[in-house]
Amino acid sequence: MSSSIESLVNKEYAYGFVTDIESDTIPAGLSEETIRLISAKKEEPAWLLEWRLKAYRRWLTMTEPHWPNVTYAPIDYQAQTYYSAPKSVKPLQSLDEVDPELLRTYEKLGISLTEQKRLSGVAVDAIFDSVSVGTTMKEELKKAGVIFCSFGEAVREHPELVQRYLGSVVPYSDNFFAALNSAVFSDGSFVYVPKGVKCPLELSTYFRINAADTGQFERTLIVADEGASVSYLEGCTAPKRATNQLHAAVVEIVALDDATVKYSTVQNWYAGDKDGVGGIYNFVTKRGKALTRAKISWTQVETGSAITWKYPSVILQGDDAVGEFYSVAVVNNRQQADTGTKMIHIGRNTKSTIISKGISAGQGQNSYRGQVKVLPKAEGARNYTQCDSMLIGNKCGAHTFPYIEVANNSATLEHEASTSKIGEDQIFYCKARGLNAEHAISLIVAGFCKEVFKELPMEFALEAQQLLGISLEGSVG
Amino acid sequence: MLTITDLHASAGGKEILKGISLTINAGEVHAIMGPNGSGKSTLAQVIAGHPGYEVTGGSIAYEGQDLLDLEAEERAQAGVFLAFQYPVEIPGVTNAYFLRAAYNELRKARGEDEVDPIEFLDVMEEKLKVVEMDASFMQRSVNAGFSGGEKKRNEILQMAVLDPKLAVLDETDSGLDIDALRIVAEGVNKLKKPTNATIVVTHYQRLLNYIVPDFVHVLAGGRIVRSGGKELALELEAKGYDWLLEPAGV
Repeated sequence: MSSSIESLVNKEYAYGFVTDIESDTIPAGLSEETIRLISAKKEEPAWLLEWRLKAYRRWLTMTEPHWPNVTYAPIDYQAQTYYSAPKSVKPLQSLDEVDPELLRTYEKLGISLTEQKRLSGVAVDAIFDSVSVGTTMKEELKKAGVIFCSFGEAVREHPELVQRYLGSVVPYSDNFFAALNSAVFSDGSFVYVPKGVKCPLELSTYFRINAADTGQFERTLIVADEGASVSYLEGCTAPKRATNQLHAAVVEIVALDDATVKYSTVQNWYAGDKDGVGGIYNFVTKRGKALTRAKISWTQVETGSAITWKYPSVILQGDDAVGEFYSVAVVNNRQQADTGTKMIHIGRNTKSTIISKGISAGQGQNSYRGQVKVLPKAEGARNYTQCDSMLIGNKCGAHTFPYIEVANNSATLEHEASTSKIGEDQIFYCKARGLNAEHAISLIVAGFCKEVFKELPMEFALEAQQLLGISLEGSVG
Repeated sequence: MLTITDLHASAGGKEILKGISLTINAGEVHAIMGPNGSGKSTLAQVIAGHPGYEVTGGSIAYEGQDLLDLEAEERAQAGVFLAFQYPVEIPGVTNAYFLRAAYNELRKARGEDEVDPIEFLDVMEEKLKVVEMDASFMQRSVNAGFSGGEKKRNEILQMAVLDPKLAVLDETDSGLDIDALRIVAEGVNKLKKPTNATIVVTHYQRLLNYIVPDFVHVLAGGRIVRSGGKELALELEAKGYDWLLEPAGV
């Protein structure tokens, strides 16, 4: 590889600003007292506090996992702050009551919360540090019977639904970070789509970490009742800070019989600077459970975070259930990603598709880790896995860890993998046709990711493509 | 249009071109012939601006500009086109998208408005005929899974769309069967105009049965050892290259 692919310049992270807003932040540290305090601040019912405490006690017995192919300095859990909320946020009657400073923050991020300027056809729930600051388009959703609100509001308004489904896909005992999240989660989004209803709008949650040294532990719960369908998108950004911040979220999806849930993520947390200082630790548990003929589809475009550690998975519990995972993960500079999926085939004739595209530039390290498990009763289960890696330059790495366990002879599994390098040849070919090097790279990368981008909702496919261009800008000189 | 003066170029520290001088005027077709390793493809790549070659001496003037001062994409924007010996694959990017991106870059460089995908369809319709291809060709990924003949036809299609002033065809005949050769050559001939010039780099004479050159230059050991008219190519076909190499000290 000649020198022109060597020189790396870090593109300024456009979302790295800090909002100056008065916050209600509890002292750092974690104990049962912290959890009681969070629960009290949120005026939660006793059952939820009890659930948190059980999770906390379980967490104390667990150890941080170190099997992902990433390295980082030890995390001091007592140095983290577990709750921070903009002071002005109380249960709001309407978006007019939202602090203008917060509205401006979201405007700057390109997310308009004001009803007049809203993205057409998209309802947004905005999570600032630990709490939801507003949900748009509520009336329109209500007409369809769709519940889309902050998690805190769901606990108050729809406790029976929350109690029934919370932890039903990701139990608090699931893993170290899921247990931590269950103990301290402060807010998140809740979606319920009733029987037979096709949600009339795209739903979107926008997560923003603002406060320093504060972890963000949100929880998303999506329930699609029988025959319902919904498409959901999350976006994430954070200010540039020299310290690492922990983001340990949990997303649970329940798709009852014949339901369809499409969950798309465009993750652009601050990735740290080019020397690897600062950035978000993105340790996330995402899982869905698909009952009979239900379909859950995960699409993710992961460009941010210093370290990403997530495996959006599907438990294919019912017969004829379908699970899909489409992923683009980009690492540049010193970023590390260990990401993939788990497809657990339990029901008969269940079908899963995994398309993973890893792009490594700079000194980034990108690992695909995926499990396909076919249980004894999953007659006729099928999986197709395609796992492609692209290298830009020669200091980065791509790694693949597929795990396949099949306990039923009638299952059909296919696995394809490839590794390619953006070469001088491809770039020169584009240049010889009048395209400059950056245009060439973005074109080559977009082509590489095409199968994933076409799964994104229209409005976001373009955004994702641009984001990818920005993440890799300067990766070729 | 193009004046190459005492051009020296090397790759990986090894000198390949050892003093090439060549003048090409609008309306002319020049054939560059020579044995393997003589530097033919290097000359083509250096004209197009491949970063793998270092120009260690001499100059190339193109339309009054110092060509060596320009980045590869600027040369393309100024009307220089290289038809690759080994066209590169770009999976996932359709021919239509790629060609329109290139077409628009050239338009932008001329200060013209970019064309949208619909307008571009009209441009393409006519150009596809030049290389006898149907529209489905446009929806396939650039060169990915193309046969050797399709790749070369795709190069000529790009040339038709980009309408260069100076086209350099690098071994466009290699790996072509006789039908593909005819289509490619006829495509090149249809694109010939009094205002543009073509350099045909080839090892064999057979392409020159279709694309008739005004001048033939024999390259050997990094130098032009003989120049002549089209009859020189026939002489080479009959006698091979050796009779030129020894007197030239190669």
